[in-house]
Amino acid sequence: MRYLPHTEDDIAAMLETIGANSLDDLFAAIPADCRRKQSLNLPEPLTEWELNRHMDSLAADVAVSPAYRVFLGAGSYDHHIPAAISQLLLRGEVFTAYTPYQPEISQGTLQTIFEYQTLTARLLGMDVANASMYDGASGLAEALLMSIRVTRRKKVAVSRAVHPLYRRVVETYLAPTGYEIVELPYLENGRTDLSKLPPLDELAGVAIQSPNFFGCIEDLTAAANQVHTDKKTLLIAAFSEPLAFGLLKSPGACGADIACGEGQSMGIPRSFGGPGLGMFAANKKFVRNMPGRLIGQTIDKDGNRGFVLTLATREQHIRREKATSNICSNQGLCATAATMYMATIGGIGIRELASLNRDKAEYLKTGLTAAGFSIPFAGPTFNEFVVKFPTGFESTYHNLLKKKIVAGLPLASYYPELADHYLLCATETCSRQNMDSLIKEVQS
Amino acid sequence: MSKDINELNFPENVRYTKDHEWAAVDGDAIKIGITDYAQDQLGDIVFVERPEVGDSFEQGQEFGTLESVKAVSEVYMPVGGEVVAANDELEDTPELVNTDPYGNGWIVEIKPADMADLDSLMDHAAYLDMLKGMDP
Repeated sequence: MRYLPHTEDDIAAMLETIGANSLDDLFAAIPADCRRKQSLNLPEPLTEWELNRHMDSLAADVAVSPAYRVFLGAGSYDHHIPAAISQLLLRGEVFTAYTPYQPEISQGTLQTIFEYQTLTARLLGMDVANASMYDGASGLAEALLMSIRVTRRKKVAVSRAVHPLYRRVVETYLAPTGYEIVELPYLENGRTDLSKLPPLDELAGVAIQSPNFFGCIEDLTAAANQVHTDKKTLLIAAFSEPLAFGLLKSPGACGADIACGEGQSMGIPRSFGGPGLGMFAANKKFVRNMPGRLIGQTIDKDGNRGFVLTLATREQHIRREKATSNICSNQGLCATAATMYMATIGGIGIRELASLNRDKAEYLKTGLTAAGFSIPFAGPTFNEFVVKFPTGFESTYHNLLKKKIVAGLPLASYYPELADHYLLCATETCSRQNMDSLIKEVQS
Repeated sequence: MSKDINELNFPENVRYTKDHEWAAVDGDAIKIGITDYAQDQLGDIVFVERPEVGDSFEQGQEFGTLESVKAVSEVYMPVGGEVVAANDELEDTPELVNTDPYGNGWIVEIKPADMADLDSLMDHAAYLDMLKGMDP
């Protein structure tokens, strides 16, 4: 998609075509008291040099600067992004955040999304993936709404070990609808307590995240077996770290009906918290209840392969209030980045990278345990885990921040019962030296 | 292109709703589908979402959807009751609703809560009058 600026000549030509003398003339229909009289309160423009200096000074103030050693995941992960992806993403043909609104004319974009869907479905072990949602949190909310559509039931269960911000978005989506959310507690080992499930014949869906917010890997197969003792209730497998599926059994192989989560790990920079990518996939028999766009492959009248926007009859612009969702879009640029990432790294690469992440995190976990800190949750973990530091660690945490070390996420503000508990993460970008120095520093 | 009403088929042994469903007594049960007029308006039907056996519905409640190449429409229960059969042939051959709407294109069979519900529906003549009234 090309960037087309309006030159003064362009504007003059447009004004002439519609018969307006000037821009003021064009906007004359807007009452004077609705118009802004002063100009916007903006600083003077900067040169490129000045702007770079300004941005550098802003970056130095926040902990995203490369000078920081960040042991923080919690839904956004620091992964190496191959240079080919950053370079290819700048190509004019793909450099747009938008979903195609006149789809079939954009065959290249549709093919990219089709390949994104194929790779996502394979990674998650599911039959069919959509063109993507906004992020992991809205994807989970949409999955729960989908379970309500499929089962015609009005109650859902969500594990307390699901990312707290995802749960907040779920509440926002469901609050005005009258649907009930039941929270499932977690066990001493950090996994979800499925014995606290309400009667299944009332439940549309049960949402469990794996690895969960504490980094613990849930027993999805056992959850699926239990949930499916009712023939209608759906198991929704959420995730914030899809790289884990390089090692773990995929949600589909565990029996999930819907798999949804955050795709930021797949070649998208952390960018101070966004934009993300909502990966969303389901069992084929639910395809007509899926939210969002879906690209299909077909042949044209001459027998050539082509791509189409399919099942659009479910979407809001056609079905109005009966639509499956209010999303008529996808996360175009981020989905393209994820497609390139999955294709570049490949199946073997994702497996090796996942192993490396687990090994790094185990190294850090072992080091912290040897240093005398406790790992409260015994459940197996991937690249994140919870550490309980001694009371008063908060001041150490702030001292470390001054030394440009971010020692994980304090959990108390999300889980009041977990004072002095910190969520730490180690990915492939963590060097042994950095981890050794963290282990040393937290003891000081 | 939609057909003229005179080219469409409206049997006299079924009852009709204003939403263009039909209901026909079949022993203790009632068979339900959509009328020739409805299938003609929708065009080529590509998917029929059916309820499950055992589901119960009130009269007038939505029980499924019909998806054509250009639209998705709800179908409503002409009479209340419990679903005793759904037409599984429509899974692979949804076009039966177009080609044989009163026969092999039936959608569900229900055990009615009250057979008398049928009396609230239109007969052949009343339905035809309604359609002619809707004609531009």
